[in-house]
Amino acid sequence: MSTFFDWQIFFKDTGAGQTYLQWLLNAWAWTLLVSICAWIIALILGVSVGIIRTLQNQFIVFLGNAWAEVFRNIPLIIQIFIWYHVIPSLFITLRHVPSFILVVVALGLFTSARISEQVKAGIESLPKGQRQAAMALGFSNFQTYRYILLPLAFRIILPPLTSESMNIIKNSSVAFAVSVSELTMFALQAGEETSRNIEIFLATTCLYFVSTLFVNQLSQFLERRVKIPGTFGGDK
Amino acid sequence: MNLDFSFFTSAVIKSFIFKGLIFSFQLTAVAMIGGMILGTFLALMRLSNKYYLSLPSSFYVNTLRSIPLVMVILWFYLLIPLILKRPIGAELSAFITFTFFQAAYYSEIMRAGILSVSKRQMAAGQALGLTYRQCMSYVVLPQAFRNMLPLFMTQTIILFQDTSLVYAIGAYDLLKGFEIAGRNFNRPVEMYLIAAFLYFVICFSLSKFTKLIHQKIKIIH
Repeated sequence: MSTFFDWQIFFKDTGAGQTYLQWLLNAWAWTLLVSICAWIIALILGVSVGIIRTLQNQFIVFLGNAWAEVFRNIPLIIQIFIWYHVIPSLFITLRHVPSFILVVVALGLFTSARISEQVKAGIESLPKGQRQAAMALGFSNFQTYRYILLPLAFRIILPPLTSESMNIIKNSSVAFAVSVSELTMFALQAGEETSRNIEIFLATTCLYFVSTLFVNQLSQFLERRVKIPGTFGGDK
Repeated sequence: MNLDFSFFTSAVIKSFIFKGLIFSFQLTAVAMIGGMILGTFLALMRLSNKYYLSLPSSFYVNTLRSIPLVMVILWFYLLIPLILKRPIGAELSAFITFTFFQAAYYSEIMRAGILSVSKRQMAAGQALGLTYRQCMSYVVLPQAFRNMLPLFMTQTIILFQDTSLVYAIGAYDLLKGFEIAGRNFNRPVEMYLIAAFLYFVICFSLSKFTKLIHQKIKIIH
């Protein structure tokens, strides 16, 4: 090593017609793409399962709880392996699904269990009077959730939802295990090719930083926008 | 494809799985104890009104919390040999990494725990003539720890799950044991299923136990 830091490395050609900088940015895009797609799946499923777990029907509640327990209690990397190795060999038709989609599904379902937990806690933290008042006004179950419970619950769970959104970016790094070309995979491969691990790792870590910081700022902005004066988290 | 679990005998467990299971438990235990001790000091530093104590602590905690664990594992595996000037094994590197990484998470729980103890407890301790150290170790920290026990346990379950990420540096943990056995018998599909089931059983029973503790603490309050 001639000097401790050699940032020129990012302008070198990888041998595949692009510089390491281009590869890095490409990997960043993959990380964001995996995170965003998984986040959409996680939010839709997580909110649905979370609502289901607060209903009166015992059987449906049991199914919701089982969903949450299964996806919460198995490590993410094993869930990814199951989607990547096990599911395609059990269901032949899924054999040609690209690993990107399998990772997105795995990460989405994994996170949906955590989001469902927060949604459930958010709804249950509301005073019982809210639901009773809605019933007294003749609201149907759907209307009670749509107009009374969910708008209040969402504002309460915005902070934990933020940290879950930051977690999804961090957890997307596990996709390296099935060779999705995201940031961690880039760090491993480019580090090995160039032997400039420190520069490569620093750049990768910075991009993770920037991504999670952006989510954090975005949700703080959102929190300010949606708060209702007189309720939880709102002024007076 | 048909599943066939017949190869999964006690001999397989003894020669492949057991070694990994022991390592995963050891790693969890070391990181839990080391992380709690280090995390408590980090929390105390962060709550200090001396900026040269609180700033480094919050920098450390926030940095580690915003980097993916896989990257932290890779960083430590890269940096420790550079600092020690000699190569160390993946297993030892994992012990060090997880202790320092978990300390950041435990310290946030401990900080919330200390803040959850009424200020009057500290004042009462001081009125009795206890020093800061005595106040903390005999009055505030025991209560903080008990209030946060369910959160500590939940974090420890997450820690146990996260130990599977030592896959990145190839340490021989529970997952690795299953993987090697699966490769040897050419039955990776069955092995991943058993691995998922075993992790599920361990984590599920631990989380049920945590709920039990949580309810017990609730009644005392």
